[in-house]
Amino acid sequence: MSAVLGKKVGKKSVDHVKISREFIADEPHIAFHDKRLWTLRTLRDGQANAIPEWEELRVLASGIKEHTLTHLADYLEEFERNATANGVTVHWAKDAAEHNRIVHEILATRNVDTLVKSKSMLTEECDMRPYLEARGITVVETDLGERIQQLDDEPPTHIVVPAVHKLATDVAEVFADTIGTDRNNADPHYLAEGMRQDTRPYFLKAGAGMTGANFAIAETGTVVTCTNEGNADLSGNVPPLYIASIGIEKIIPKMEHLGVFIRMLSRSALGSPITQYTSHFRGPRDGGESHYILVDNGRSERLAMDDFWYSLKCIRCGACMNTCPVYRRSGGLSYGGVYAGPIGAIINPTFDLKKYSALPFASTLNGSCTNVCPVKINIHEQIYKWRQIVVEQGEVSFVKKEAMKMAGKVLADPKRYRQWTAGTNKALAGLPRSFLYNPFNAWGKQRELPEPPKQTFHQWYAANRQAKEEDEQ
Amino acid sequence: MRVALFVPCFIDSFFPEVGVATLELLERLGCEVVYPFDQTCCGQPMGNSGCETDARAAEALFVRNFADYDYVVSPSGSCVHHVRDHLTAVEQDSTTRKVRASTYELVEFLHDILQVRQFPWAEFPHKVGLHNSCGTLRRLGHAKPSELNVPDWSKPLDLLRGVKGIELVMPQRPDECCGFGGTFCVTEEPVSARMGYDKVRDHSGAGAEYIVSADMSCLMHQKGCAERLSLPLKFIHIAQILNGDQGEMA
Ligand code: SF4
Repeated sequence: MSAVLGKKVGKKSVDHVKISREFIADEPHIAFHDKRLWTLRTLRDGQANAIPEWEELRVLASGIKEHTLTHLADYLEEFERNATANGVTVHWAKDAAEHNRIVHEILATRNVDTLVKSKSMLTEECDMRPYLEARGITVVETDLGERIQQLDDEPPTHIVVPAVHKLATDVAEVFADTIGTDRNNADPHYLAEGMRQDTRPYFLKAGAGMTGANFAIAETGTVVTCTNEGNADLSGNVPPLYIASIGIEKIIPKMEHLGVFIRMLSRSALGSPITQYTSHFRGPRDGGESHYILVDNGRSERLAMDDFWYSLKCIRCGACMNTCPVYRRSGGLSYGGVYAGPIGAIINPTFDLKKYSALPFASTLNGSCTNVCPVKINIHEQIYKWRQIVVEQGEVSFVKKEAMKMAGKVLADPKRYRQWTAGTNKALAGLPRSFLYNPFNAWGKQRELPEPPKQTFHQWYAANRQAKEEDEQ
Repeated sequence: MRVALFVPCFIDSFFPEVGVATLELLERLGCEVVYPFDQTCCGQPMGNSGCETDARAAEALFVRNFADYDYVVSPSGSCVHHVRDHLTAVEQDSTTRKVRASTYELVEFLHDILQVRQFPWAEFPHKVGLHNSCGTLRRLGHAKPSELNVPDWSKPLDLLRGVKGIELVMPQRPDECCGFGGTFCVTEEPVSARMGYDKVRDHSGAGAEYIVSADMSCLMHQKGCAERLSLPLKFIHIAQILNGDQGEMA
């Protein structure tokens, strides 16, 4: 991987164009990335088409989520009541800092120095790993893809397949450097076994295990996780102490609703009918302890945003990323945040508008994301709305803003507009210039310019039709 | 039937033949076509880039120009999508609402309103790949998007099947976006060009000689990509085929 892609993106505004340019320049990686994710999309289509009631399921899932979100406080309280009755300790965290503090406190008071965890986007969102590691706690990712990313000191680049941008040879390099496998052996089975041998001892050693939550059921107080490797089961059950990090939007009302989502989650994500392990965590095992942390971290604020609250319906299947032609060609790191792709473009700006102001523009608004989304989030419409907010908040370049102001004026004035477009030579330099400052600099880099015709349609009409009409009158 | 013709700014400037074909085709089919002379643009470039307030005056002009007609027809899906779904900078009074509701993209106007299926004057003896632009496909409902599990349909194919000699070929990713995306094509140049390259390679691999579309903007972008890659592809707007343009003979 190139140096730029390897680095974590810092606090300044994400430059999606620059990073995607680097990604695209690397032909083997971009070709693989695009093809691999398109394969997932194709498999997803096969699964979706095999279920006659697929579109009804989407409506149902969307409805359940919207209902829950509009009664969220009640369901959260119900969840807390039932979880507590099951013997679980429930914590509430208003933000990432509070979440990390709670986790640390639980671990520190019990002298835990090693934590095994299954993949959780929420803990990524909270930047929990560095926080704990700075306090002397070893954190071991147990999901294969996530572990690859951890060992390579990179954030996950996809919410379901975190290392999807890496070729097997990249993984062989990373593992050779970190866990001592053979640098020249890039056989996926060999590499997976290498990781397994490396990670297994940690399960036995760890004083605590942690998972995220795919769903949290209010009626039963249970947490449900879906994994293909069974690593959530091991993380949650082998150590004596279990912690689940739960975004408050993960609540669904009843057990009977779970099936709707389980039927769609893996089909949407990987194009497989179901994940290998759907694990239910109900209460502490004999002699053990269970803790749930219910995390807000900006969610209730988003819930109050008229145009954006239904992004909270997201079940993190990643289908919108797999189908997104921009994501497939720019890679997850180009989004510079925890969430990449279309879903990242609509939720990252709620965390930090300045930092993520480029993301709503990293889209062609083609709408494929909206069509694959199992919970019917109108992703591309939210992207369109975000653009307006980015502009309103002054987070666009001066040049672009001025260009649009000028374009708006010219296009509102037929006379000026005709002056711009009239004439053969001026056609090229004229009109498109008015919709974006000197766009042909960018256009012409990799594309031929359209040839200006002898006359515009307007001129043709004036010469051939209007003249005729006047003759006839 | 009185129809107002809307010729979007880039078609006016770069592809006047598409405007002419649209006009002639509608006339052949018995419409009385008016071209309001003071038209410019629907406001999409500004709206699309988030600068909605800068679109207000252009949108107001659009509404004024097209207020008096039964139908407004345009050979550009993305502009019609803007008018129908995003022409919101201007005040939404009854005139605006009427204009927005009576604006049609050419294919849907032919298919749904005029309900024509045969174009006896048209012959196009070439291998043709159809490009459904994202705006027409997913917003105007030209055809079944591949993501949805719903019955199949395609309005442009219904029309093209009424053309003699045409042979349709299918790319592997029939409805993947080509990367034009309005201002995206310049602001996100690297990804846009890559998507365009992939698109024209896909069509070329399927054996297409021509790529046809109801959206000239996508074709403008794809043509620029194909030429840079030296692919022997030709590009034509669906209005031209339906109006009887026979393309270049081999
Ligand atoms: S937005 Fe929809 S498609 Fe994307 S990850 Fe969330 S649920 Fe899946």
